[in-house]
Amino acid sequence: MKLNFSAEDELFRNEVATWLEENLTGEFEQLRFRGGPGDEHMFPEERKKWEQKLAEGGWTCVGWPKEHGGRGCSIEQQVIFNEEYARAGAPGHVGHIGEGLAGPTIIAFGTEEQKKKYLPGIVAGKELWCQGYSEPSAGSDLANVKTKARLNEETGKWIINGQKVWTSLAQEADYCFVIARTDPGSVAHKGLGFFLIKMDQPGVDVRPIQQITGTSEFNEVFFDDAECEADDIVGAPGEGWKVAMGLLGFERGVSTLGQQMQFQNELNEIIRIAKDNGANKDPIIRQRIAKAHTELKIMRYNSMRMLSAQGGSDGGLQKEALIYKLFWATWHRDMGELAMDVMGPESQILDNGDYALTRLQSMYLFVRSDTIYGGTNEIQRNIIAERGLGMPKEPKVKA
Amino acid sequence: MEFAFTEEQQMIRDTAESFLQEVSTSEAIRTAMATDMGYDPELWESICTDLYWQAIHIPEEFGGMGLGYVELVAMMEQMGRYLLCSPFFSTVCLAANALIIAGTEEQKARYLPQICEGKTATVAYTGVSAAHQSGQWGADTVNVIAEKTGDQFVLNGAVRYVADGATSDILVVAARSEGSQGEEGVSLFVLPADTAGVERIMLPTMDQTRKQAEIVFNDVSIPCDALMGSEGNAWSVLSTVIDLATVALAAEQMGGAQQVMDLTVEYTKERKQFNRPIAGFQAIKHKAADMMTRVEVARSGVYYAACVAQDAFATAAIGNRVGDFSEELPEAASIAKSYCSDAYFKNAGDAIQMHGGVGFTWEYDIHLYFKRAKASEHFLGNGSYHRERLASMLLD
Repeated sequence: MKLNFSAEDELFRNEVATWLEENLTGEFEQLRFRGGPGDEHMFPEERKKWEQKLAEGGWTCVGWPKEHGGRGCSIEQQVIFNEEYARAGAPGHVGHIGEGLAGPTIIAFGTEEQKKKYLPGIVAGKELWCQGYSEPSAGSDLANVKTKARLNEETGKWIINGQKVWTSLAQEADYCFVIARTDPGSVAHKGLGFFLIKMDQPGVDVRPIQQITGTSEFNEVFFDDAECEADDIVGAPGEGWKVAMGLLGFERGVSTLGQQMQFQNELNEIIRIAKDNGANKDPIIRQRIAKAHTELKIMRYNSMRMLSAQGGSDGGLQKEALIYKLFWATWHRDMGELAMDVMGPESQILDNGDYALTRLQSMYLFVRSDTIYGGTNEIQRNIIAERGLGMPKEPKVKA
Repeated sequence: MEFAFTEEQQMIRDTAESFLQEVSTSEAIRTAMATDMGYDPELWESICTDLYWQAIHIPEEFGGMGLGYVELVAMMEQMGRYLLCSPFFSTVCLAANALIIAGTEEQKARYLPQICEGKTATVAYTGVSAAHQSGQWGADTVNVIAEKTGDQFVLNGAVRYVADGATSDILVVAARSEGSQGEEGVSLFVLPADTAGVERIMLPTMDQTRKQAEIVFNDVSIPCDALMGSEGNAWSVLSTVIDLATVALAAEQMGGAQQVMDLTVEYTKERKQFNRPIAGFQAIKHKAADMMTRVEVARSGVYYAACVAQDAFATAAIGNRVGDFSEELPEAASIAKSYCSDAYFKNAGDAIQMHGGVGFTWEYDIHLYFKRAKASEHFLGNGSYHRERLASMLLD
């Protein structure tokens, strides 16, 4: 058992850090620490240019196989890349949904034509994606998808009708991957299809959702007779759930250390403020900051365990991976409260009258979504109890 | 990345698990805990002769196995899981560390082979002031006075909360020069427990599975060659010894937190109310999920601390005190101990609740874990103590 990366990997770390130092300058300087969770709506055009800058350097899709245009980095190198990226304060990847979700799904389940059509745009940082999973009545109960896909026998195109919600970056995206019901009489996981839908067409309407932060990075997406080419279904009709769930298997946690670096930046800011305003003398604040530090440090090594694990032969998540979402989301939510409590009454004063939140104020509000999206804490606890501890599944209630 | 047990480490862990599952049964624990000694001497002898666990990280030149701290931690985790009653923690995690790190070559040559042969030992450093402010374990708690007179030292005073202090064969004792304060003037000594003037009083404890003692020194004369290292400068080395022991204790706590969860989940799957196993109720599932989260986070923290401890131990064991570990070990020890202390106690408390009425009985084993959890939480500093230690690194 070892704590550190190999010397070779540390050389790679230098390479990443140097490239970022040399390129995150000039017009991109203003993007430092911007565009992350809670801030994804900011600087979209500038971040697209940055994405293309990354692509020039070969720094998009670093974990993809070389044959698909990626850099073919090892797990360790991907971790290091994410860590250095966050350390440098490089902006939130405007292309992360394509790179992390759509691309890997197409690589795993797509046809050769789909690979040729879609992967180069993602690698080049020119085509952005969004994810059409959640619906008003399909949140925690994700399989309860109502959006319908009907094959028009004359045109050979799929016709999509329905509504998606909580779709981040929909207003910037060129494409959306959507799960929709191909079999009208089906329920739950059966009878779904996985579609690649062009956003720029008359049948697609994007409406921003104004959030608790006053800003809008999530959207509603309405499909009203939207069209999808016959070739743009991934897998067969009816196999959509399998394809959608296949995504989960791609997540081995390589981005977690980068995310933790952002958390560390936030905690450092809280510590700086505490030292500045004397909150560092309050015994209770001292305990809370020490606890936040303790758990963030452990979070890193929990991720190291996830990355070191060979993975169960059944593809199931290891225990340390099962608990990870619940752990970090709850931790981050607590840190939001800590930030406000360290700042005291000043935490309630905004930068100016335009509901302009500071970074920590925005974080404090946005973290309320951490324990909801991607599986609420309650759903996470069900999953942990059922898969991690073999406790009985929730009883199924007939609709 | 290799943040996982090697095959050899996994084998050590598995061996410990299967052996302890067999020998440290509920009945065996209850028999041992009812004795003054607190452990079964035959079992200890079997551990020492057949398995040689007590020699695990003692260097080979002194008769040990020469393995590392990760292996030791893997073993402690299993001992915590099966609530083994034994002088292993005091002898190996406290005293052997002190001898390896702080002992002179003569002291190592004299005492380490004795430990390899099955003799027991402990470290005694905390005076009554350890109870101040709900538990202090730093240099201020060294209250015994050592006076140098001619070619010997004379010890006077008392130490309290000494793990297995009434039964240990060998004592490592911290004492300070008259009038010194804090980290100044602290010296370490090693002496046979039967030295004249050493009075050992067993303290009855709520947790019966690990015994504590008070040791009173009445004009105890010891030769100069009992001094470990140089006179008056022992605090830094002693604090490394304490941090190393703290990591081992955290591993034991993590094992305990795991076991109370396992026992509880198993019970809830069998216990039926409203015509179904109570494990099917979300009120129970969600509590259990939180238990597992605490266990896995504790495990990640302990393995991290074990790696840091391994580096520190390897550096300190060859007498090189100038390592960059000096800052990371106290931090890692406090991270592991604060998290594991709270996790173990919370899991043990929830375990009683989830067992319902039977969790409150003497018959079920949960109370044994619940009591060990609180005892270990307060031994070598509770969560608040260690968080304050971290806060002083981060905020002052």
